[in-house]
Amino acid sequence: MSSQIQSIVEKYGNDATRLMDILILITKEKGCVDSNNITEIANQLNISQVDVEQTLSFYHFFSEQPRGKYTIYLNNSLVAYMMGRAEVAEAFEKATGTKFGSVSNDGLFGLYDTSCIGMNDQEPAVIINGVIFPKVTTFRVRELITAFRAGKSAQEVVNSYGGGQNQSLLIKSMVTNNLNRRGPVIFSDYKPGDSLKKMASLNSKEVIEVIKNSNLRGRGGAGFPTGIKWEFCTKSEGDEKYLLCNADEGEPGTFKDRVILTELPHLLFEGMIIAGYAIGAKEGILYLRMEYEYLKDHLEFNLDEFRKKGWLGKNVAGIEGFNYDIRIQFGAGAYICGEESALIESCEGKRGEPRNRPPFPVQVGYLDKPTVVNNVETLCSVVKILLNGAEWYNTMGTIETTGTKLLSISGDIRYPGVFEIEWGMTIREMLEMAGAINPLAVQVGGPSGRLVGENEFDRTICYEDLPTGGAMIVIGEQRNIPDVVKYFTEFFIDESCGSCVPCRYLTVILRNKLQKIIDGKGVISDIDDLVNWGKQMKIANRCGLGQTAANPILSSIENFRPEYEAIIEKGKDFGTTFNLEAAIQESCREVGRFPLA
Amino acid sequence: MAKPIVATTALASCFGCHMSLLDIDDRILELIELVDFNKSPVDDIKKFTQMCDIGIIEGGCANSENVHVLKEFRKNCKILISLGECAIMGGLPAMRNDIPVEECLAEAYLNGPSTKNSNTEKILPNDAELPCILDKVYPCHEIVKIDYFLPGCPPRADLIWNALVALVTGDEMKLPYEVIKFD
Repeated sequence: MSSQIQSIVEKYGNDATRLMDILILITKEKGCVDSNNITEIANQLNISQVDVEQTLSFYHFFSEQPRGKYTIYLNNSLVAYMMGRAEVAEAFEKATGTKFGSVSNDGLFGLYDTSCIGMNDQEPAVIINGVIFPKVTTFRVRELITAFRAGKSAQEVVNSYGGGQNQSLLIKSMVTNNLNRRGPVIFSDYKPGDSLKKMASLNSKEVIEVIKNSNLRGRGGAGFPTGIKWEFCTKSEGDEKYLLCNADEGEPGTFKDRVILTELPHLLFEGMIIAGYAIGAKEGILYLRMEYEYLKDHLEFNLDEFRKKGWLGKNVAGIEGFNYDIRIQFGAGAYICGEESALIESCEGKRGEPRNRPPFPVQVGYLDKPTVVNNVETLCSVVKILLNGAEWYNTMGTIETTGTKLLSISGDIRYPGVFEIEWGMTIREMLEMAGAINPLAVQVGGPSGRLVGENEFDRTICYEDLPTGGAMIVIGEQRNIPDVVKYFTEFFIDESCGSCVPCRYLTVILRNKLQKIIDGKGVISDIDDLVNWGKQMKIANRCGLGQTAANPILSSIENFRPEYEAIIEKGKDFGTTFNLEAAIQESCREVGRFPLA
Repeated sequence: MAKPIVATTALASCFGCHMSLLDIDDRILELIELVDFNKSPVDDIKKFTQMCDIGIIEGGCANSENVHVLKEFRKNCKILISLGECAIMGGLPAMRNDIPVEECLAEAYLNGPSTKNSNTEKILPNDAELPCILDKVYPCHEIVKIDYFLPGCPPRADLIWNALVALVTGDEMKLPYEVIKFD
């Protein structure tokens, strides 16, 4: 056994539930996890080789083969394409001499697509060896590759830093915050630590009571009342409980948590402490997407500061017997891990496959213990609610949706970025605020949300009307709706965990049908099929990804049916893209049959 | 009124759906009172001799001959039914769809357990009489218009019976839960 692998596994206490960390560290040090490593890890952890392989093969950033000295992950989300991704991708292929999905012959460059990396406000964006390069141009691509060929590291070619904490010595990133509007909750001024003093004056029941009275809803998108979730957890049996913060932020078009993690990590950690106190948790875990690894030192530094101040560790904030700490758990590139039960599975070192429910995580969660999973923004709101009171919070927003919401707005607008607004704003007001340019449609809530058109622009953003996790992708009138929908559908194909059959296969069938329509071979029944088959997704999959994967198709046909009808073959009841000559080319060539006919 | 005429065929499939048709047991006597058969393995009529009312297709399209037969059926039948998993989705033959044709042929004729020692000249079958293998196995509705789909592997005899009787009599089809199975 190689001592390197052995020492890495030992570093995590030979604990199989820390398999993610082990694979991440090995990938970092060796560039990949090869079959020998897999055997060694399995032996050392006393688990089967397949257990290691299934986790390894699930995540986008893990590989059994080397992925080049410089591993380049270019975002392939819709907005990246809108901002010129195609040319940038071509430039990368030309400059590195390799195609996407492969490593150059000299082993220097690995070129890969990746799903939205949380930089929709500064696309096209690329991650190279963990370093983010936003707003990449074809010129910049050539410049980067030339510098790499000269032996420079990715960090060495970062030549200007973004604003705010992106400038700090612990981040040094080109990413910009684009915090375009501060609101009265998340981005209002406050004094770090005050909320912990307030917390110390209350018992956990009283803390929960305040949050319940504020009517705070979870900010990840589902909108479940936070106070009630906490209460459920306290009522579950078991003395070991966990608080997980969901910073996976994988929904294409959302990037608000990135700005919170950059500018307000202390606010988030205070929120995690308060939540931990309320539910009686033993440990808090920040589940952070690998794409945000560039924030790691910054976050760890803030955690250390908290420990020095006595806000983490033993008797937190002077509360006798409240022993609590926070650790960061990295993901490795999987959208589905933003689903809370998949996130828990991932934290346990497994594939990010959603669990069946019930039991719910508040009953049986992380390590089978009662667990609360909260969004970053939710936990930040908790701090301000505790400081200013539930009544103050209830004065903002709408009746059923109190407070403020961070919107991540991107696409065909003049001011892409994060806006903190009160719930209840209309889409039309939002478009004006973000400087939309001839908007045709808005994808509310990312691909899993709803594509709304002009007819719905007066609807309001709140749980009574148009719920959202905050991703708003504005689509200008120069865009083609079926194309947009195809990108979203391809995203779901890539990110499906593969567990439920309709999510694994029907998504592909729907995409192919869309492609048939885009190719001008569709007929009216194809549109009807998309609707009728798409509806099955909602009832036949077990998690939110599968249930919502047909949403872009369904809501776009509902709102933009003429865009589809304009490109189908009229007056025909059947259309096909099947071409016999093309279909037999390969076999005729193989057996040497000529002429190919 | 003359009896409706039925034609059937098996493309890339195991013939199991036709076997299931025979599972209607003694009702086959009723069936021949209701319909006449034209081109079908049931009566071994090889070529269409007249326009048919109902065409039943078992299996998907794996080669050029399957495509040819399927198009013939579309031309000669007023109503086409995809019968069973292979016709509807490609079924087991479609498991090769993720594997390049080159590898499939090599496995079948060059490296397979029964060929690797006997096919010493590394011959891949190539005769003008042989149909050409398609790049993948296609479900029937991707090639011609299909009017009805009867799922199952194979579809239960009762499902086939109910569907045929409903089509012929014009009555509503009985679809109790027990007769629809997807595997």
